[in-house]
Amino acid sequence: MTIDIPKETYSGRVIEITLGATAEEGGTRSRSITVGGETALPYLHFEGEIPHPPALGLEIRDRKPDDWSPLLYQAWGEAMQDPADWARAAEAAGADFIYLVLSLTDEEGQTTTPERAVAVVKKVLEATGLPLAVIGPGQADLDNELLVPVAEATKGERLLLGICEDKNYRTIVATAMANGHLVESRTPMDVNLAKQLVILIHDMGMPMDRILMDPTTGALGYGIEYGYSVMERLRLAALQGDAMTQLPMIVTPGEEAWKVKEAKVGEGVPETWGDWERRALTWEALTASTLVHSGADVLVLRHPETLKRVRAMVDNLMQPVETL
Amino acid sequence: MPLSGLQIYKLLPQTNCKECGFPTCLAFAMKLAAKQADLKDCPYVSDEAKAKLEAASAPPIRLVEIHGGDGRLAVGNETVLFRHEKTFYHPPGLFLHLQDSEDLQALGAKVAEADAYEADYVGIPLRLDGFAVEAASGDAGAFAAAVSAVRERSQKPLILLAPQAALARAGLEAAQGTRPLLYAADGENWEAMAEVAKSADVPLAVRADSLEALADLTQKLAQTGVEDLVLDPQVSGYLDSLHRLTAIRRLALKKNFRPLGYPMITFPGQAQGADELLLAAEHIAKYAGFIVLDHFDQAELYALLVLRQNIYTDPQKPIQVQPGLYEINNPDKDAPLMVTTNFSITYFSVANEVEGSGWPAWLMVADAEGMSVLTAWAAGKFDAERIAKGVKAFNVDDKVKHHKLIIPGHVAVLSGELEEELPGWEIMVGPREAVDIGSYLKAMWSAS
Repeated sequence: MTIDIPKETYSGRVIEITLGATAEEGGTRSRSITVGGETALPYLHFEGEIPHPPALGLEIRDRKPDDWSPLLYQAWGEAMQDPADWARAAEAAGADFIYLVLSLTDEEGQTTTPERAVAVVKKVLEATGLPLAVIGPGQADLDNELLVPVAEATKGERLLLGICEDKNYRTIVATAMANGHLVESRTPMDVNLAKQLVILIHDMGMPMDRILMDPTTGALGYGIEYGYSVMERLRLAALQGDAMTQLPMIVTPGEEAWKVKEAKVGEGVPETWGDWERRALTWEALTASTLVHSGADVLVLRHPETLKRVRAMVDNLMQPVETL
Repeated sequence: MPLSGLQIYKLLPQTNCKECGFPTCLAFAMKLAAKQADLKDCPYVSDEAKAKLEAASAPPIRLVEIHGGDGRLAVGNETVLFRHEKTFYHPPGLFLHLQDSEDLQALGAKVAEADAYEADYVGIPLRLDGFAVEAASGDAGAFAAAVSAVRERSQKPLILLAPQAALARAGLEAAQGTRPLLYAADGENWEAMAEVAKSADVPLAVRADSLEALADLTQKLAQTGVEDLVLDPQVSGYLDSLHRLTAIRRLALKKNFRPLGYPMITFPGQAQGADELLLAAEHIAKYAGFIVLDHFDQAELYALLVLRQNIYTDPQKPIQVQPGLYEINNPDKDAPLMVTTNFSITYFSVANEVEGSGWPAWLMVADAEGMSVLTAWAAGKFDAERIAKGVKAFNVDDKVKHHKLIIPGHVAVLSGELEEELPGWEIMVGPREAVDIGSYLKAMWSAS
């Protein structure tokens, strides 16, 4: 018996977006990475194109963070003392790009200054040839104050700047536009809100191929199903031709997973949660791998071991083999 | 997929003989569509039409049920490819793989540990579903002894991995009084396995490495009268698993393709070069009905069970947290008191931030019918009256000395009404977002 596998063909295509610029492209990166371009649901190669594997990045900070899980301090060790060392360690761990998050304050508790932010970003750019994302501390005024000089000092590098949210996106978008960078557009787990912010950013004149859509990530056990379904719906809408959803999606399973109790702490938790380290790594890996299946194009992780595990999986998903 | 009255009418003789008791074939067809008449009442319907009508009334993916001493598990009967289209109904069973070649005492200890496993997730107990016992020794006596040993320590449903009629019979005998899944029929043994499954009235798994071979086998088996089948498409990694399980689900749902309209079984630990855990997670999201794990590890099982709970949550009915007064970081009578709603994600965001901040605190979860703060407020499910009711119902007065209540910044408008509802209380307006709770407490509670 021959079986006719039902195949879906779509009219829409996700836009291809390139992060980072090499010398030829006007920057200083040793390579750039391109994501997007899909014409089918995640990894269903038999009915469309999936031209690029998802990009796997590692999150670093401008200084050693105060509140990360001890397991992450163990994993990165001394490298966390210096953002350049940390970036080099992340590159050595196999990251496709570095996701640098600026802290609210420096080691002495003083609010991070624009000078300091620019210096750190330059240092990281020198330490690694990978494409870079630079993310503000998450307070609107300070984000704008720090990201504008960073964007100007790195003109042409095609950095990813963020995070743009509905309450604060104009300044970041304007400086990204003026200096040849990309932006991360984050909305809280809702298809229409995701579209709306993309429209607002695009209306300012930002080309679509410089916007990454962040549908907001929920960790395993803490709302992953909302993000999962919103992503599936966004991707289906994109493939069906809704232009304002045709953007690669970025998710932050590292941050979300390591925030929750299951990953963060080893004491005062139920015995049935099992071994702490295994549970923590499992939490990040499962959050990430599940979002790979719902269409994540860019994933930001925290633990080098998770990167290896997820890499092995996406390598397999991208294999050009007959399966049916 | 059910047929409409008109579609049924086309399959009837269209002679209006009235022998069915209805004035016309069309009237009869309409009653059939409404399930108010029985096809048997038409003496002239052709066999072909009968088969079509019967097939159309069955679900596109058969519901297959197994049970142990007391636990039962039903999988299949799914209706959508994406959970947002409706919901996924029957969560896949997670089974632990055991071999009869193992020392019976060691086997028994393993079973006892896995059987007792129970974790709590937002008030929902999470457990392993059963055991898959393999006749690895090839010896019927040893297999029966292993099955008995498992049954002595667990009432959970079983899968018998015994692809030879003699072994299968021995296992089934030892499993008497339960309804295990028998694994598996293939191109060589299917006739003998069908006979065993049929006489014991148990579901039978079918394995083949191509969809064509699988469909050929299920058709042959259906002809022998074995109706409860389970498919093993013998996947070897993330990609072929995704493709085959997706293709089978689509064929069943979109084409109503009967030969593959059954739940699926997978063995993520047997795939070469894949991480058992990540592949099992893929199988939870993408369409498995039974998942047999090679390893029992509490941390990993807990994560898989939580993922299954999340993926199989009805998108229309979000998980709710039990309303009540929750303790975070061992609060005393002077610790701050906050209130939020019982939407699980809202609760977790707030609870996590408070916990992460290191502040001991009381978190009162009001019954807002599972909605988030703003939604509940807009719907009138999170108002002064409900909050005040909670303060009384949860005996907050006995737990805290002060009379200060921190409400979410988004519902600052409630403070006036709340002060009326709760005379003598000071209502403090907290931050709008959970992430700012730590800095809020530092600034406001320390000062107050």
